Amino acid sequence: MMKRSDLEIKSVEYRKKILKYILGANAGHTGGSLSCIDILNVLYNHVLNVSPQNFTSPTRDRYIQSKGHCVEALFVVLADKGFFPEEHLETLCKYKSHYIGHPTRKVKGVEQNTGALGHGLPIAVGNAIAAKLDKKDYKVYTLMGDGELPEGSNWEAALTAAHYKLDNLCAIVDKNTLQITAPTAEVCNTDPLDEKWKAFGWAVKEVDGHDIEALKAAFDSLPFEPGKPSVIIAHTVKGKGVSFMENNLKWHHGVPSKEEYALAISELDNSMQKAAV
Amino acid sequence: MLKEIQVTGQKDTRSGFGDGIVEAARKNPNVVALTADLAGSMKLNQFMKEFPERYVQVGIAEANMMGIAAGLTIGGKIPYTTTFANFSTGRVYDQIRQSIAYSGKNVKICASHAGLTLGEDGATHQILEDIGLMKMLPGMTVIVPCDYNQTKAATIAVAEYVGPVYLRFGRPSWPIFTAADQKFEIGKAQFFSEGKDVSIFACGHMVWKAIEAGRILEDKGLSVEVVNIHTIKPLDTEAILRSIRKTRCAVTVEEHNIIGGLGDAIAQTAAKSFPIPIEYIGTNDTFGESGTPTQLLKKYGLDTQNIVEAAHKVIARKG
Repeated sequence: MMKRSDLEIKSVEYRKKILKYILGANAGHTGGSLSCIDILNVLYNHVLNVSPQNFTSPTRDRYIQSKGHCVEALFVVLADKGFFPEEHLETLCKYKSHYIGHPTRKVKGVEQNTGALGHGLPIAVGNAIAAKLDKKDYKVYTLMGDGELPEGSNWEAALTAAHYKLDNLCAIVDKNTLQITAPTAEVCNTDPLDEKWKAFGWAVKEVDGHDIEALKAAFDSLPFEPGKPSVIIAHTVKGKGVSFMENNLKWHHGVPSKEEYALAISELDNSMQKAAV
Repeated sequence: MLKEIQVTGQKDTRSGFGDGIVEAARKNPNVVALTADLAGSMKLNQFMKEFPERYVQVGIAEANMMGIAAGLTIGGKIPYTTTFANFSTGRVYDQIRQSIAYSGKNVKICASHAGLTLGEDGATHQILEDIGLMKMLPGMTVIVPCDYNQTKAATIAVAEYVGPVYLRFGRPSWPIFTAADQKFEIGKAQFFSEGKDVSIFACGHMVWKAIEAGRILEDKGLSVEVVNIHTIKPLDTEAILRSIRKTRCAVTVEEHNIIGGLGDAIAQTAAKSFPIPIEYIGTNDTFGESGTPTQLLKKYGLDTQNIVEAAHKVIARKG
């Protein structure tokens, strides 16, 4: 077996931490956090020019998490990047904690309070327009869930992004194909998704959202077309990395029992050991 | 005396906004104007001419406009969103609540064609609930200036204030009676007269109606205190209490539903610190309809004579 890259090992560590803090909070969005964590890993460790040191710099890259409910994934990565001590996450979702169930600017590293779906893309569009107005070359990224795509504000913003030729903007769709009630295709089908984005004037790439190298390659090739906003449709698995959580609706908002947690950690540890062989 | 107040002209308050944003933009390079296809109605023509690169046409997509405004602040801009008051509030409440108010964003929500005086377009566009919607949002400043000059001054002033603001104004030509060179102070009530028999608290277009009513009452020998509450939030409770401790009764006047608007805010202040009889002038839990501003203000009980009658009634209730 090929040796895993540092980022692949990081992804396993992130997954373990997501589960740890969800268990501690007795709350969280397990499935979606596990589906988007590889994307966040690549963004924060390979793509974004953002750090605790430059977080107030006008030229930093901006990341806005539209699927705010998967805050555990974001907080784990921000802690790893040094925005705050990881032990703060022991207060996740607890009374008086800033580390609440959706991103808030009270936590260093968070650009925008999110959680109501369909908000991230319009905000990212506004931010990208500001960058163009100031002729600054920072980039704006937003991560959306496929389940939130029926929100009309997304498509309003998609039109504006193309109209203003925002090639400094990249949206990523975490297409894990499941949402709280049922498969996304049954709730409100958005396929064929690539054609929709193309029709709205975006340049589209589809990748395996768990393939670190494929994600890196996609981000490295931004903008996909000059003068167009870019969207990465990341094909992912809800609950990725833990066999009994994968593709199981129960884990949208499910919190593991201590036994399930132990089993999950042991699976993740095994995958790490295999990788090291 | 209210008779001494001079009317220096007639103009729509939205033109005060249009002229104010040009001055704000001249002073501050970060001021940006957004519109959802209503640049003409919002009097942005001069802004577009002078600052074409700082003008963002969003198209008819108000929810998107609010999100874009929030995003522009992440890039250090001071966005002014512009559309009619109904599309500025009810239509986009979630965007304002989550992405602007809760996020503490420096967005100026500028809303024209508020209230009955929009006139002919009728109930769909005559929002009478927007002050209530906006004042309930934590951290939101709510400003309803009374004439062209004050709207212009308020538009300039809000650029200097950091935080979300709802700025409400209107469509019709209206008397100008405040100073052209005024400095607008957010949260500071404006006294047009001092009196001891009754306080009349008004906002927006209704301030002029309150002055007219006050003149009639003065002619009858009453001593009337007309107060412009141009900032409904934060409310100048100190000024309100100072006034009602003296007059011991009040009439509130607003082009808005009496449920949730200025009157409620005054009543809450009074109930907490100095309970007095209050009469409310405003629409009473109803939608509007088509008509001229004059016809509609009369029909819905917001005319000068209604204020006069309310004043007599509330003075009688003092006992």
